[in-house]
Amino acid sequence: MSATKTSTVETTTPKISCSDVHVFYADKEAIKGVDLNIKEKQVTALIGPSGCGKSTFLRCINRMNDTIDICRVTGNIDIDGQDIYAPEVNVVDLRADVGMVFQKPNPFPKSIFENVAYGPRIHGLANGKADMADIVEKSLRRAGLWEEVKDRLDQPGTGLSGGQQQRLCIARAIAVSPSVILMDEPCSALDPIATSIVEELIDELRQNYTIVIVTHSMQQAARVSQDTAFFHLGEIVETGATEDIFTNPKDPRTESYITGRIG
Amino acid sequence: MTDISQSPVVAKKPSVDEARKKRTAKRYAAEKRFEYIGLGAVLSAGLFLVILLWTIVGNALPALTYNYLKVPIDLTSEKLTEENAATFDYRKIVRNGIYEAVPGVKGRKDRKKLRGLVSSGAAIELRSEVSANPQWIGTKQEIYLPLSDTADLYLKNLMGDITRPESERKFSDIEIKWSDQLKQQGKIDTRFNSIFFTHGASREPEMAGIWGAVVGSFMTLLVTLVLSVPVGVGAAIYLEEFAPKNRLTGFIEININNLAAVPSIVFGLLGLGFFLNGVHLGWFTLGGGFPRSAAITGGTVLALMTLPTVIIASRAAIKSVPPSIREAALGIGASKTQATFHHVLPLAMPGILTGTIIGMAGALGETAPLLLIGMVAFIVDIPGGFTDPATVLPVQIFMWADFPEIGFQQKTAAAILILLCFLIAMNAIAVWLRNKFERRW
Ligand SMILES: Nc1ncnc2c1ncn2[C@@H]1O[C@H](COP(=O)(O)OP(=O)(O)O)[C@@H](O)[C@H]1O
Ligand SMILES: [Mg+2]
Repeated sequence: MSATKTSTVETTTPKISCSDVHVFYADKEAIKGVDLNIKEKQVTALIGPSGCGKSTFLRCINRMNDTIDICRVTGNIDIDGQDIYAPEVNVVDLRADVGMVFQKPNPFPKSIFENVAYGPRIHGLANGKADMADIVEKSLRRAGLWEEVKDRLDQPGTGLSGGQQQRLCIARAIAVSPSVILMDEPCSALDPIATSIVEELIDELRQNYTIVIVTHSMQQAARVSQDTAFFHLGEIVETGATEDIFTNPKDPRTESYITGRIG
Repeated sequence: MTDISQSPVVAKKPSVDEARKKRTAKRYAAEKRFEYIGLGAVLSAGLFLVILLWTIVGNALPALTYNYLKVPIDLTSEKLTEENAATFDYRKIVRNGIYEAVPGVKGRKDRKKLRGLVSSGAAIELRSEVSANPQWIGTKQEIYLPLSDTADLYLKNLMGDITRPESERKFSDIEIKWSDQLKQQGKIDTRFNSIFFTHGASREPEMAGIWGAVVGSFMTLLVTLVLSVPVGVGAAIYLEEFAPKNRLTGFIEININNLAAVPSIVFGLLGLGFFLNGVHLGWFTLGGGFPRSAAITGGTVLALMTLPTVIIASRAAIKSVPPSIREAALGIGASKTQATFHHVLPLAMPGILTGTIIGMAGALGETAPLLLIGMVAFIVDIPGGFTDPATVLPVQIFMWADFPEIGFQQKTAAAILILLCFLIAMNAIAVWLRNKFERRW
């Protein structure tokens, strides 16, 4: 289950390490003992047929599953060596450090500026108005949206196109300076052009952030990720460097998924 | 797409084509039939509404004006000073003025009848006019004083058939003669009925006004609003956003829905038994101590009655906020409370406000529970506070509808009209809020 063995880039300790993670929805076990190491400043793709638990697993990493009453998580997830399910961990701080971008763009029905500024404001990251404007600009620039919206920051974020909305959501996540960004099928609601823009952005963001992306598109995983983990029925069947998994899958299930026989 | 619908249907077998045509025709016929039935329903509902409004407005309009008699008033009496102008008994002055206005009436009986042309409340009206104009004291003035309700009705042609024998009428031949004569002399003026809009209740139709009930309704609703909105919205937020979904909350939910269906009079009984009388548990009394007939008591009872409506509407509004908004807020590290109060609640606000206003409109029109807590008492004074005896618009309507005098019939209709205006205004505000804050996401 060690990803480092087949990885193209050698790193010493993983950014996120998960061991024996189980997730239950009431009595139903959706994740059945997953071990996974995620490397720092890389894109790790989670692929697999729909309903196999990719989203469920992703939501464990920022404890979004806590918001579902019937959901129970066991096992260990460490970020930078800290168990995020430890009682002393403040979930609010965790989610500031582990940002999330959702499947459907979900900007707040507020101005573009407000969308980005909300996170820094509740976390008290800005000293005054100028500083806040600075954070907003920087975040929008990083999300590659600044040039498109700089003249209409006061207009509603919901008025942007789908692709722009998704980049706004990325900017919103970036604004609280996380170290990890989780993306759950961030392009599934976008057209091909918007998709390729977001993919380019993900590739750029890799320099500064550890990114975990769920996708059901093989091509997307191949294009943006360095490591890939293949999920099947709540288990990880295969992990490794994306290149290896795609050219030389070891597990027959991975192979049949990649060649399009299950999915 | 257009070319498909325009191309003729190519059927392999003519019989299939025939059958299909028949089916289509049948479907269209059914659709048309349904359309006509719907239209008929709307039209008949509209007709009933028109009839309702027509009768109410027709009955109410005469109450909006009133006939006043120009009476010469002699304020030169030495007994009347600026100090006692507000307490002075003006009855004699009014009486003499009337004799002067219709000279030559002799005999006790006729004079009494003549005096009766002017309202028995005229002296009180005169008192407030003189108090407002102290420079009149020591002079002679011509002042318009309200006529009696029978004279007013006669002049408005609402006395019914006046060719009936005198004994069957409330307005005798001589009174008719005087009235006609005064009218010819131009001494009678039809004015806006300000008494109706400024006075409280009275046994005299011409002195009875709606203002006491309006103030009472306003105070009662204010109490209802202040109690039911924070509690209702708070309960809705808790149940929707924070409460665990378990048997207890399920049970609470069912009971809230049941409470919304409880007849309002039951809430009145609760008010009577709990707020007014209290529940005696041996040496200990639970509840009780609320003032009878007061706005605070009525408002509290109505708040209990409105609470389920507010909770249900608020919950629906909160539920309709897409979960993606909550996820977005939680995803960047907002606490649950922050996500709720910064994002969910503002988006749910229009729905909450609409529900609240509709609940308030229901409370405004509510009569039965207030009867039980004594708000049906005859209250002349306009309430000055929440613990003062008060009545409300629908109860006032209920009482007036019961009075035998013809003058009260118009008042009843006018009061209904005013109540309807308030209700329409409240609903219009609800619609306006809904449109103004409607959002898409
Ligand atoms: N909120 C939930 N409540 C109950 N079951 C859920 C919930 N979310 C997901 N599941 C179940 O967990 C399994 C994994 O779902 P998910 O993680 O969404 O899969 P994926 O993202 O790979 O398509 C599915 O069988 C799904 O039905
Ligand atoms: Mg999913």
